[in-house]
Amino acid sequence: MRDVALKMLLGDRAKYIGLIFGVTFATLLMAQQVSIFTGIMSRTANAITSVREAEIWVMDPRVRYVDEVEPMRPVELSNVRSVAGVEWAVPHYKGLATVRLPDGMTQQVQLIGVDDVSLVGLCTDMIAGQRDVVRDPQSAVIDRNGFLFVWPQGDFATAKPLELNDNRLTVRGVCNTQPTFLTFPILYVTYDAAMEMTPPQRNKLPFILVKGRAGQSPEALAKRITQQTGLQALTTSQFQWRSINYYLERTGIPINFGITIALGAIIGAAITAQTFYIFVVENLKQFAAMKAVGVTNGQLLQIVLTQAGLVGVIGYGLGIGFTALFFFVTKDAPALQGFRLYGEIMAGTAIAIAVIILASILFSLGKVFRLDPAVVFRG
Amino acid sequence: MHAVSFRNIAKDFPIGDDRVRVLHDCSADIALGQMTMLVGPSGCGKTTLISILSGILTASEGEVTVLGQSLTRMRDHHKVLLRRERIGFIFQQYNLLPALTAAENAAMPLMAAGMKLPEAAERARAILDGIGMQGQGDKLPRQLSGGQQQRVAIARALVHNPGLIVCDEPTAALDAATGKAVMAILRDIANDPGRAVLVVTHDNRIYNFADRILEMSDGRLIGDFAPDAFQH
Ligand SMILES: Nc1ncnc2c1ncn2[C@@H]1O[C@H](COP(=O)(O)OP(=O)(O)OP(=O)(O)O)[C@@H](O)[C@H]1O
Ligand SMILES: [Mg+2]
Repeated sequence: MRDVALKMLLGDRAKYIGLIFGVTFATLLMAQQVSIFTGIMSRTANAITSVREAEIWVMDPRVRYVDEVEPMRPVELSNVRSVAGVEWAVPHYKGLATVRLPDGMTQQVQLIGVDDVSLVGLCTDMIAGQRDVVRDPQSAVIDRNGFLFVWPQGDFATAKPLELNDNRLTVRGVCNTQPTFLTFPILYVTYDAAMEMTPPQRNKLPFILVKGRAGQSPEALAKRITQQTGLQALTTSQFQWRSINYYLERTGIPINFGITIALGAIIGAAITAQTFYIFVVENLKQFAAMKAVGVTNGQLLQIVLTQAGLVGVIGYGLGIGFTALFFFVTKDAPALQGFRLYGEIMAGTAIAIAVIILASILFSLGKVFRLDPAVVFRG
Repeated sequence: MHAVSFRNIAKDFPIGDDRVRVLHDCSADIALGQMTMLVGPSGCGKTTLISILSGILTASEGEVTVLGQSLTRMRDHHKVLLRRERIGFIFQQYNLLPALTAAENAAMPLMAAGMKLPEAAERARAILDGIGMQGQGDKLPRQLSGGQQQRVAIARALVHNPGLIVCDEPTAALDAATGKAVMAILRDIANDPGRAVLVVTHDNRIYNFADRILEMSDGRLIGDFAPDAFQH
């Protein structure tokens, strides 16, 4: 009967293509949108996870996500350092600033001030220049995407002069970074240089980065820091999830994506279900004849499941293929950099597609099952 | 043994909240090795009766025995198996699957019984060859004429070697010459002493192919004739 199922399906080329199109479309829309959504959500945490040396981020208790900056008193640095189990603790500046280019244009940047001794918090994957150029108070390192945004010709090795709040600064290094949620260029200087160049009244110590002594859990140390200093101390992954959750709860991003994903599922389901329904209804007379000559409902179910299975596998495969192709083609576009099609998303989409197809079948199969073979005798 | 024996068959159909009786007290025996025709005006109940005799519909009253098996208390699933193994069907509309070749269509009852497509199609091809369809087995229904499609339907009704072949208006969609050719094939089949062919028709041009004619009117069997004795 499986052969019959496939021949019936392939014999109706237009319906067959329509069915596959519906499934492909639903798969593509769901997989691609969920991937972009998770990509954007993980970007909100990239500023945290990219500082690999730090285990714990200490900040003002009011901070809810990584791009929110509340000042701490400078004395907190020594308070944190005095907590038992802290191997090291360094200041980390993070804030927005405006730079002026020689041609008079201005550009918003994310200014990162790193500890000038350890350079903790400075990107590591240099593609031009050396990391320690930042130790010179008049030099900076910039991220690759930021460099290309400001100087599209991409001459990474050429020193680039800038002005930041009337301080002259030269970009002497370029590094690869994971894109962050705020897409402004990332400019790295030392913490002290950041203090010099930013207005004195501004938030001065937004973060303290901490590494614990070997052999103790970061969670326990974070708890101890909070208890002793009254500050908010979070492990990297706690802070990461706090940031992600903030964006999930407080922004329209999840709703927006949710709507797109739901639309993909609904439209895909509608196309698939309707085409399948028409396919079955148009073949009803044939199904009745098959029943009359002794084909059982179980065999008809097998036929319909085989047809649905083939359409599902091909449509899903094409949809995932197109999604992967999309991310492959756009892998160098800064707007989509780091976005990937995760296995979990493929599995989730597969389940959603299976549900859509089974729902489509249920919809039309009732008609086949209830079909009275006596109708074949009617003209 | 008779091919079919039925006693006091009645059939009611629900019409809205009411029930309307379309068959009244029908009784007869259908012999093996014969072609029996069931004739009568449109709407008199011919199709309903053969649907009951072939296990597609269930009688409201009465007893039916087909090839020694009683249908009266038979479960639906067993009726499907009976149809699949012992009965062949030929409809006015050929009801062939458009995506399957002639041989594959004719092989359907064998596949329903679990035979693999290539083997089933091979057997069907042999049957097609025997009814003037040599070399047509790989054609799709749309590449065949009406008469050829009806031959495919005949092959489908024969492929599993059934004891009873039920035909509803097998010539109604065919021109006179083609209809006669199809009837000649059915006539041949009915000569087999292990088989009965039951043909519903109101095409008087083919009455002479029958061994026996049962006449129906208004849901009742009103006459039982040899063809040359039948006045119409
Ligand atoms: N499923 C049904 N529900 C209600 N009434 C039905 C049903 N099937 C048949 N009938 C009625 O039963 C009567 C007999 O119908 P049947 O189809 O058996 O006649 P027939 O002799 O085969 O006619 P024809 O020569 O036109 O094919 C008709 O009045 C028809 O309207
Ligand atoms: Mg009829």
